[in-house]
Amino acid sequence: MTTTIAGQEVSVNAEGYMTDLNQWTKEIALEIAKAEEVNMTDKCWEVIAWIQEQYRNENPLTIRKVGKSGITDIKEFYELFPNGPLKKASKIAGIPKPVGCI
Amino acid sequence: MKKAVILGAGTAGTMMSNHLAKKLPKDEWEIVVVDQEKTHYYQPGFLFLPFDIYQPEDVVKPIDDFLPSRAKRIMQKIDRVEPESNTVTLQNGDMIGYDILIIATGSHIAPKEVTGMMSDAWHKDVFDFYTYAGACALREKFMNWEGGKLVIHITEMPIKCPVAPLEFAFLADAFFTEKGMRDKVDITFVTPLSGAFTKPVASDKLAYLLKDKNIRIVADFAIESVNNETRTIHDYGGKEVAYDLLVTVPTNMGDSMVERSGFGDDLNFIPTDKCTLQSKVADNIFVIGDATDLPASKAGSVAHFEADVLTENIIRFINGEPMTYEFDGHSNCFIETGHGKALLIDFNYTHEPVEGSFPLGSFGPLKLLKESRMNHMGKLAFRWVYWNMLLKGTPIPFVPATMSEAGKHLEMSKHD
Repeated sequence: MTTTIAGQEVSVNAEGYMTDLNQWTKEIALEIAKAEEVNMTDKCWEVIAWIQEQYRNENPLTIRKVGKSGITDIKEFYELFPNGPLKKASKIAGIPKPVGCI
Repeated sequence: MKKAVILGAGTAGTMMSNHLAKKLPKDEWEIVVVDQEKTHYYQPGFLFLPFDIYQPEDVVKPIDDFLPSRAKRIMQKIDRVEPESNTVTLQNGDMIGYDILIIATGSHIAPKEVTGMMSDAWHKDVFDFYTYAGACALREKFMNWEGGKLVIHITEMPIKCPVAPLEFAFLADAFFTEKGMRDKVDITFVTPLSGAFTKPVASDKLAYLLKDKNIRIVADFAIESVNNETRTIHDYGGKEVAYDLLVTVPTNMGDSMVERSGFGDDLNFIPTDKCTLQSKVADNIFVIGDATDLPASKAGSVAHFEADVLTENIIRFINGEPMTYEFDGHSNCFIETGHGKALLIDFNYTHEPVEGSFPLGSFGPLKLLKESRMNHMGKLAFRWVYWNMLLKGTPIPFVPATMSEAGKHLEMSKHD
């Protein structure tokens, strides 16, 4: 399905996660962040860029890996993206949320 | 004489030893299997021990019963692999040279990764069920437990058998219901993921299970510490969950041998090509099962499907041919839902679990993503299949290594 975010038509899944990272822009990220009640600081953008790089390299995203990214630690990651940082950061970064088998 | 060395005689290593024993000419190749243990555990059975569905003796057999007679077995701890010199060094200082190395050293729980998890309360109030010792200790505990807050918890992904914690919650509900004390047991499922079900079709079809069984979910919980005094677990975001009995799945890590060898990731899993199963460490090193860093489930069925692909690729590698067999991430597992029923899921790298029939598209008899008694019988029958067919590398009828799309309602997973 598609939806309009920040004036652009983008592909998303049923939960609102973007399905094509090529369509991602900072403006789109800002609008998603607003809906998720995340205040995008410089640190947040750094984390988002790192997450996108992991996704492009097909590295599965985990809290542990964010903690060892050298950009932030887990405690701060929770402060940057409160209540479920991994899924919120994934949504803002325009990538699918981390999932299990089912 | 050339040498194929297999590290680890668990599910994956044992299967590979049997496959290669059939394929590699006896007069050209020696097969060596290194594992420090005596016992082969049927790990899927650990789930059933606490609930008295299996007895401890149902899940143990000698490793040597399942290795091919031509394999040389070395019972020693592995110190490290040195890819530059094609050698494996054992803890006793012995060195083994290899032409082909297959690493199948699996994954293990690492409770020390979380502050307070490993303490005097370990196997008293805080349990794992991913080890034989943990499952047996929990079995004892459940026999006389008077009830209270039962918290089932996943520390972080990836874990071996990702659905086992959920099955544990379902079986606990059934177990305490049948004991007539379900009203005294409060069951909470705590996960670092966004929910117990994370894939759209499964979430849609299975959300009723948790509601019907009165299992509370705490999601997005990344544990920071266990406090054994207050009996609470705490996450980095400040959430806390109280327990009387904590059943946790600790961090899963690859073997410490991988760390000593210097080629694992931060969890000691080995960088591996997700299609060919060749390691990214050296061309003549291959990795199978839980030891890989593949984005597939860590499960025996995955190792089983990988073994078929890897055997063909190793033969091709030896003959100097391109490794054209590709693993597609195929995984297949039964999910116990309690009261003699189970679900079955079948999926791969690209297709999420959907409804349908298995293994014969038009016939079944097993139903995918739906509870049935037949699926439960399938899960129980699988123990026999495991000991008698799977470990020995005997093909399982109608179940190919790559996922079949026949009989699956794949249109369900299209959300666009």
